[in-house]
Amino acid sequence: MASLEIEHLEKSFGANRVVKDFNLSIEEGEFISLLGPSGCGKTTVLRMVAGFESPSGGAIRIGGQDVTHLGANQRNIGMVFQAYALFPNLTVAQNVGFGLRVAKRPRAEIKARVTEMLELIGLPDLGNRYPFQLSGGQQQRVALARALAIQPRVLLLDEPLSALDAKIRVSLREEIRDIQRRLGITTIFVTHDQEEALSISDRVVVMNGGVAEQIGAPFEIYNQPKTRFVAQFVGTLNALEAEVADPARGALRVGNTEVILSEPVTAGQGTPVTLAARPEVLALGRREGNDTVFTGRIVETHFLGSILRVRMEVEGQLIALDTFNRPGNPPPKVGTEAEVSVASRDLLVLAD
Amino acid sequence: MQSRKLPLTWVGMVPFTLFALLFLIAPTMYIVVGAFRTSDGGFTLSNLVNLFQPTILASYWISIKISLATALVGCLIGFALAAAVTLGGLPNWLRGPVMTFSGVASNFAGVPLAFAFLATLGRLGLVTVLLKSWFGFNIYTHGFNLLSFFGLTITYLFFQIPLMVLIITPALDGLKREWKEAASILGATGFQYWRIVALPILWPSLLGTLALLFANSFGAVATAYALTGSSMSIVPIMLYAQIRGDVLQDPHLGYALAFGMIVITGLANLAYVWLRVRSERWMR
Amino acid sequence: MKSKKLWSWLALAFGALYFALPLLGTLEFSLRARRGVYSLDAYRSVLADPQFRETFSYSVVMAIFTILVGALIVVPTAYWVRLKLPHWRPVVEFITLLPLVIPPIVIVFGYIRLYNTSSILPLTGTTTGTNLLLMLGYATLSLPYMYRAVDTGLRTIDVGTLTEAAQSLGAGWSTILARVILPNVLVAVLSGAFITFAIVIGEFVLASLLNRPAFGPYMQLTGANKAYEPAALAVIAFSITWICMGLIQLVTRFSKHTNAKR
Ligand SMILES: Nc1ncnc2c1ncn2[C@@H]1O[C@H](COP(=O)(O)OP(=O)(O)OP(=O)(O)O)[C@@H](O)[C@H]1O
Ligand SMILES: [Mg+2]
Repeated sequence: MASLEIEHLEKSFGANRVVKDFNLSIEEGEFISLLGPSGCGKTTVLRMVAGFESPSGGAIRIGGQDVTHLGANQRNIGMVFQAYALFPNLTVAQNVGFGLRVAKRPRAEIKARVTEMLELIGLPDLGNRYPFQLSGGQQQRVALARALAIQPRVLLLDEPLSALDAKIRVSLREEIRDIQRRLGITTIFVTHDQEEALSISDRVVVMNGGVAEQIGAPFEIYNQPKTRFVAQFVGTLNALEAEVADPARGALRVGNTEVILSEPVTAGQGTPVTLAARPEVLALGRREGNDTVFTGRIVETHFLGSILRVRMEVEGQLIALDTFNRPGNPPPKVGTEAEVSVASRDLLVLAD
Repeated sequence: MQSRKLPLTWVGMVPFTLFALLFLIAPTMYIVVGAFRTSDGGFTLSNLVNLFQPTILASYWISIKISLATALVGCLIGFALAAAVTLGGLPNWLRGPVMTFSGVASNFAGVPLAFAFLATLGRLGLVTVLLKSWFGFNIYTHGFNLLSFFGLTITYLFFQIPLMVLIITPALDGLKREWKEAASILGATGFQYWRIVALPILWPSLLGTLALLFANSFGAVATAYALTGSSMSIVPIMLYAQIRGDVLQDPHLGYALAFGMIVITGLANLAYVWLRVRSERWMR
Repeated sequence: MKSKKLWSWLALAFGALYFALPLLGTLEFSLRARRGVYSLDAYRSVLADPQFRETFSYSVVMAIFTILVGALIVVPTAYWVRLKLPHWRPVVEFITLLPLVIPPIVIVFGYIRLYNTSSILPLTGTTTGTNLLLMLGYATLSLPYMYRAVDTGLRTIDVGTLTEAAQSLGAGWSTILARVILPNVLVAVLSGAFITFAIVIGEFVLASLLNRPAFGPYMQLTGANKAYEPAALAVIAFSITWICMGLIQLVTRFSKHTNAKR
């Protein structure tokens, strides 16, 4: 049985439909990310699961129990907020113990659990501090401990890292994932940072305009985007205007270059389509197994350390490609002619 | 140190300091010192001892009672109103008018306020008359009297409640929605959230307002005087009469009377400062 | 959820009733002067009273001077404290709040004793002196409001940068204050001014104990001697307070439009 099920969830604010027919089934212990641009309804979905907003339609079940109309304080869910939301008048220990205190647990149990939680987040000595005496990263850890202390059935995190600076963001997300794995707790993580979503999730839900456009493992989302939106939102994508030359052979035409795809295309001859490729599947020069070759001119090069990003003009269109840095290969000169090759199975044809 | 480096910075403070000294500090100090002096200038405690006579003690007591009652009730009702408007899910447009009206009503004190309540709850007042003619209920034969402790309290509330609304609304706005949500998802009831989180956070503002409301009504003369003449013997009215030379005849007893007022409002504010420091360990 | 809203409405309705009834009562009472019908007789009688006009204009003039003097003391001080003496701030703030703690009647008692005819500064000896004393007393009473308004206004502008910019253009202190700082805190000063106006117009204790013919004592006297006129006076006083608060709202709203996002 799934740990958390969301079925046909709907939410409207007045005439504004913010979440549309949202379906999601999460397994016990799974880590799911909701990824999407600002205003796409991620927070709204999360707040409905938490019980802060009541859905306009649909159902939410946790462990088989219908909680759609249950108050937030009866759902046994843990939540971590973007701005920490620690209670400023309580110490760290009191914050962490809050959930147990309001549940009227015995004092000794609270104390033991608080100690355990503070050790879990690696701040065992800070129990007597007040929130204002902590750094942002520490505050967010405490918020996590507070959410976990009640041993919730589900953990919700709404952009928990976006108020932190870049370095802590990476280390804390690893830590959150690590703790989540150890406790085996079902988790929904909201973010608009695709790298974050791809790097720590079991599955990613890409949302757009209140709709779940695609749900899948990070690898799948990145390499087999189902819609144009997903392809463009997740990762960098080169899009080339093309035209179907021969549907049966899977042949397209990009300017003067013919491209043969690994499968036939369904669209009729002459139909304009978009041919897409990630920068890292393109190679500078010919390479074994790359059956499609374009010729173009180097427009710009960006040396990013481990990666060299090259912008080229191909058939009158701009593309970007990434190659790994190698000490023996200096960046090509701007303005020179060069060849780009790609394997046809790495190309995507995007429906509009 | 600062003044040695920039010897002229303090010059900018001269007008204000002079003004505060001459028209706020010195007059007050004069009274305080006078309370400890005999008429020929020697030190004495007898003025203060003289305060401990039944009539004066009684007037202090009733003043304190009225001030406490109006401060507490004003805090409570004002808090309820402010909470209703800020957190109670009422339409947003209500806020502006409520705040503006509070600004008006909190400044509508003194003589005209007394007139307003006389015209409403006096023997011929609108409410008195309506209650009598609609329900046959005469509040005056049932123990109500505007010129009493209860009447004065009701009247003072007209400026105490709005003052509370004005001061506490920003504090209520400072309560983050996430705190309420975090508490409720951790299993807290609304009551538990208020008890453990919201009220302790608001505590300093509440105490401060309470002290302010207390001082506000403790020193108020005009309303009571216009309402009751000198028949209601609260401290400020007694002092007023004394200054006008109507009673007591002993200026040093007047100083002592005034000194007592400063002590009481001062104590109220000291208590506030002390409680505030204690309750604000969690603040920067 | 539902019950919370219900309670809110109830609280609001209760508040509305408590605050509306005295106002309605006063209005109704002020119209009762003629037997059996509602009339404006009470207002007519008030407005025709030369004493009303004298005391009222006396208080208006007082209010205007109070505002001017108050602003003249408060604006430079608040500015100076922000610019040069930030460590004085708690002290200055404490002093400006004192008038809320020390009852006005005590302060005026001190005035009477300190500035009587036999003292070094016999202000109460002459009419002009007493007027001056009363005005400065009013300035003291309005100090908490004026200072807070101006200080809040100063917080929204960058005092230091503005001053340096003006100095680099060769402006002297008086020019900086009058031409740079004042225009920027004018809105704050105005809102402080309207509160001061509302306070001064109805003030009773100071005027009465200093024996000046102000509007407050006049109202008290009317209350002791007449039946319906007091209610009319209350309506007038209340309207004045309303107008002052309305003007504060108007001015602040206006300023939000003109210098939003500083
Ligand atoms: N209480 C509300 N009333 C009206 N509209 C709302 C409310 N809450 C959210 N919305 C609207 O719903 C839409 C989705 O909002 P939501 O907060 O879920 O977006 P989000 O995906 O979390 O965005 P972000 O990444 O910026 O946090 C937005 O267009 C927003 O304006
Ligand atoms: Mg959001």
